[in-house]
Amino acid sequence: MSSSKRSTVIVEQLRKQQMLEALSRGKRLDGRDFESYRNFEIEIGIIDKASGSAKVKLGNTEVIAGVKVETGEPFEGLENKGALIMSAEVLPTASPHVEPGPPDEDAIELSRVVDRGIRESEMLDLGKLVLIPGKIVYTVFVDCSIINSDGNLLDATSYAVVAALLTSKFPIYEIKDEQVVDTGKTMPPPITTMPVSITAVRIGESVLLDPTTEEEACMDARITMTTQSDGNIVAVQKGFTGPFSVNQIVQFSEIARIKGEEMRSKIKELN
Amino acid sequence: MKELALMDENGKRSDGRGIDELRSIKITVGVVKNADGSAYIEFGKNKIIVAVYGPREVHPKHMALPDRCVLRCRYHMSPFSTDTRKNPAPSRREVEISKVMRESLEPSLILSDYPRAVIDVFVEVLQADGGSRCAGINAASVALADAGINMRDLVSACAAGRLSDNIVLDINDLEDKEGDADMPVAYLPNLEQVTLLQLDGKLTTAQFSECLEKAISGCKSVYEIQKEALMKKYFGNEMELKEEA
Repeated sequence: MSSSKRSTVIVEQLRKQQMLEALSRGKRLDGRDFESYRNFEIEIGIIDKASGSAKVKLGNTEVIAGVKVETGEPFEGLENKGALIMSAEVLPTASPHVEPGPPDEDAIELSRVVDRGIRESEMLDLGKLVLIPGKIVYTVFVDCSIINSDGNLLDATSYAVVAALLTSKFPIYEIKDEQVVDTGKTMPPPITTMPVSITAVRIGESVLLDPTTEEEACMDARITMTTQSDGNIVAVQKGFTGPFSVNQIVQFSEIARIKGEEMRSKIKELN
Repeated sequence: MKELALMDENGKRSDGRGIDELRSIKITVGVVKNADGSAYIEFGKNKIIVAVYGPREVHPKHMALPDRCVLRCRYHMSPFSTDTRKNPAPSRREVEISKVMRESLEPSLILSDYPRAVIDVFVEVLQADGGSRCAGINAASVALADAGINMRDLVSACAAGRLSDNIVLDINDLEDKEGDADMPVAYLPNLEQVTLLQLDGKLTTAQFSECLEKAISGCKSVYEIQKEALMKKYFGNEMELKEEA
């Protein structure tokens, strides 16, 4: 990817040594302690053409989520539920290493893990988004564009999606003479809870929250845990090649609950 | 009936503008941290982010040219940018716009200064409102300048069109769909060269000349806003100092 691969490898190794040394003293290269998140900003309602939208900045990571609401057929086996469809694209603007094209496995994992948190927590009460059971339901698209990537895309995207859904206004559709009619009116979406993900990476024996790209380049393993408003865990994804000990996982689940509550109240402040 | 909707008896257009009035334009330089150059433009309701990467090594290697730099351009619309959701896969329309955009930018750049390299221009439309290719070109040219690419001139773009008997500046979404002609133009303001010219719709030769002239006058106004945006990033404090003095 880079112009001179060999020198990059050497730089990476030097940087990793520097990072390990800092971590052994309880410090991160950007000065944060292990459990601190970077500066976190949300702007909502930036896309007028979307039913809901949010831009999240987590350090230098920047994500936009947009909600579009249409009608369509329900999924097979879920005839009495609205359809929720999520996608995420890491735009080629995001870093020098992204190539334009269909989403790669990382982007697909990203949208699926964020989707899992929303779906499993039943944040949207899809049972309320049905027009004709088994035939016509609301189809909710949540699309995410990663504008700039500097690590922890998972959490940034999760917060953008939750903020966009929370502040969205769904169009009200009605059935007249078996035809779908847009009434021109809007309603708040049927929200039941707020799922919020917390991500950490393990580098050696240190577990760091909200990793930067540089830290992700040095990680041995990654873990993402999503909790909903009552503190229950609704989704987990362990990523990358290294393992975690049971002890580390149990400790992290406690951190994810406390930290998740903190992030949730930050997102709530928006409303 | 059409002209009633698009133009009232006082010569005001559907969005309240006069015949020769541009939509509001705002350009911010240096908005994408990882990019070598970037710009964000709001052009009416268009919201577009452009990031430039390069000059850098070409992949795949066989694309490299021995005597000059390759310019690549991707125009892409986010799924939430339009009234009905857009499929994220590139459409034929996006492929064509990517091509004409690249061709409109290329004459402004001194590509022979970077042989065997590539410059990538990524244009992401976050919200579309008619004239997104012109808005994209304006932001792209500023982003290329921000990336420090050697250039002969900026590229400024603006459309003009016809609403029944009136030739008007800067066609919006509704006028594009309901109007009688839409002509996007990109222009090198100092070299006085046209680098993009397209037309959808019918014009007499007299109307054609009037339309072209009007579009170019729009490009010249846009040019001032592009310069201002670049000045603000690179000489921001000095400009403020001058004002104080």
